[in-house]
Amino acid sequence: MIELADIRKVFNAGRPNEFVAVDGVSLVIDAERTTVLRGPSGSGKTTLLSLIGCMARPTSGRIRLYDREITSLPERFLTGIRQNTFGFIFQQCNLIKGITALENVMLPAYPSGEKHALLKNRAMDLLDTFKVSRKAQSKVEWLSGGEAQRVAIARALINNPSIVIADEPTANLDTKLSREFMEIMGRLKSERKTILFASHDPIIYESDLADRVIVLRDGRVERSIP
Amino acid sequence: MEKWIERQKHIIDFTLSSLLRRKGKNAALLVVYTLVVFMLASVVFFVQAIKREASVILKDSPDMIVQRMSAGRHELIPASYLDPILSIRGVSAARSRLWGYYYDPVAGANYTLMVPEDPGPPAGTILIGQGVSRVRLAHEGDTLEFRSHDGTLIDLEVKGTISRESELVSSDLILVSEEDFRRIFGTPVGFATDFAVRVKNPRELSTVAVKAAGLLPDTRQILKDEIFRTYDAVFSWRGGMMLVILCGALLAFIILAWDKASGLSSEERREIGILKAIGWETSDVLLMKFWEGMAISFSSLLAGVILAYAHVFFTSAVLFEAALKGWSVLYPEFRVTPFIDFSQLVILFFLAVVPYTVATIIPSWRAATVDPDSVMR
Repeated sequence: MIELADIRKVFNAGRPNEFVAVDGVSLVIDAERTTVLRGPSGSGKTTLLSLIGCMARPTSGRIRLYDREITSLPERFLTGIRQNTFGFIFQQCNLIKGITALENVMLPAYPSGEKHALLKNRAMDLLDTFKVSRKAQSKVEWLSGGEAQRVAIARALINNPSIVIADEPTANLDTKLSREFMEIMGRLKSERKTILFASHDPIIYESDLADRVIVLRDGRVERSIP
Repeated sequence: MEKWIERQKHIIDFTLSSLLRRKGKNAALLVVYTLVVFMLASVVFFVQAIKREASVILKDSPDMIVQRMSAGRHELIPASYLDPILSIRGVSAARSRLWGYYYDPVAGANYTLMVPEDPGPPAGTILIGQGVSRVRLAHEGDTLEFRSHDGTLIDLEVKGTISRESELVSSDLILVSEEDFRRIFGTPVGFATDFAVRVKNPRELSTVAVKAAGLLPDTRQILKDEIFRTYDAVFSWRGGMMLVILCGALLAFIILAWDKASGLSSEERREIGILKAIGWETSDVLLMKFWEGMAISFSSLLAGVILAYAHVFFTSAVLFEAALKGWSVLYPEFRVTPFIDFSQLVILFFLAVVPYTVATIIPSWRAATVDPDSVMR
């Protein structure tokens, strides 16, 4: 369970270009359920996701993850949480160019010091699950949009995270690929993973997968459905 | 421990594939870097090897040389000065030497003419150094012509050449008989150029020198250590001169390397952001950058040192010989004995590897300490 209490995130504080991205958000996100943060561009969805995913710290407020207060933890601990608890799927896929799909999937586990053969097997299994194992040795820039997206999902899952965070995952996919993506997410949900989306794509927030939709506007929670 | 090793292996693996992704840029850097290390190492190896060579050859030089001075300049010394020197306790041997410089207008070169200690060549004949042989195309049986002090021409037959091992200091040497030497330079009988003195106990050398100066106030004493120091200074100076010339190239390279290493491209910044977002710690990113810096600089060091070794010890530093060896016309042509001082390698390591690695890490550290959420945007 993730609890946010009066979270505020201000960029460029004290400067003429000061910008309040998240303004006093309090939320409880249930474990093993799918939550969608919905709202127009600039509503604070991505910022809220990065705060929950320990990629940035709030300017004020508290975040609790499984009853543990994480906002005041040192960077090293936050990295540990990022590595073991969260799996990230980014809008642009953010795969590292010039190396193979397989290496990209293995990357998040490199610092763990896991045996190379074991790690490779796990990565191949994941690629196989998402039907891109035949592209394992291909450089990521040679992959199609859908293939790159599936490699990015495999990478997000390599450390077996309990929470999957996806930021606008269908923004660069056509309808068919978007539906395929949602099927994969459905499988993850059935594996009892907590899924957190930020999206304004109806394919996501209107899908049966979404247990709850939180509508954001101007950095505040406008309403929550249900 | 096993995990630690595995982690290093993974990160090195990723570093190498990262380097391969920017093949052209890194290969160019590697080539320039290797070239700089090569030049630096060549100078260091050559100067050290040549100094060592000279000291090996000079180890048989006399413990002390006594020269007569007149008005602050070196003068011929009367043979009668030998007795007072031999009377000093501790002196085991003293002998007079005849040597001088001869300018050869044909070759435009200066030769050193010397009467050897052992029975030298018979009158009318000479032994010549390799440099003289080369510049005058003179070999055994040929005749060389000398213009004596009074203008008469003297023909001397070449009896042979001096062994190659000692070419560094004998390239310009001509060994002549005493009789011919006195004919050429007009040195009167009963006079010598200087005295070579040997002492029983080297620790008494300074005392012997003080006594000799007391007995013969118009002489100066040159000790063996001073000869070594002079050679050392000459070769160090030549090496230093080369280094000054190299400094310009070195500086240009440092600017290039600093720019390459310290300026992270937006692509590299983005990658660091991704790595941090997917769970890499700042220390993992720094470790990766450390291996990247090491891979480039250490490979260059290794390649540069191997090339410099081959250049200095197999080709006798063919690129630098004009500047380093001296003898404006008579370049010694010899192979220095392969010799590397470990401390030189350590110095080269600190000059080549450390600055570059540090220059690689610092900007990455700055980028790696930034929140990784930038990749979300």
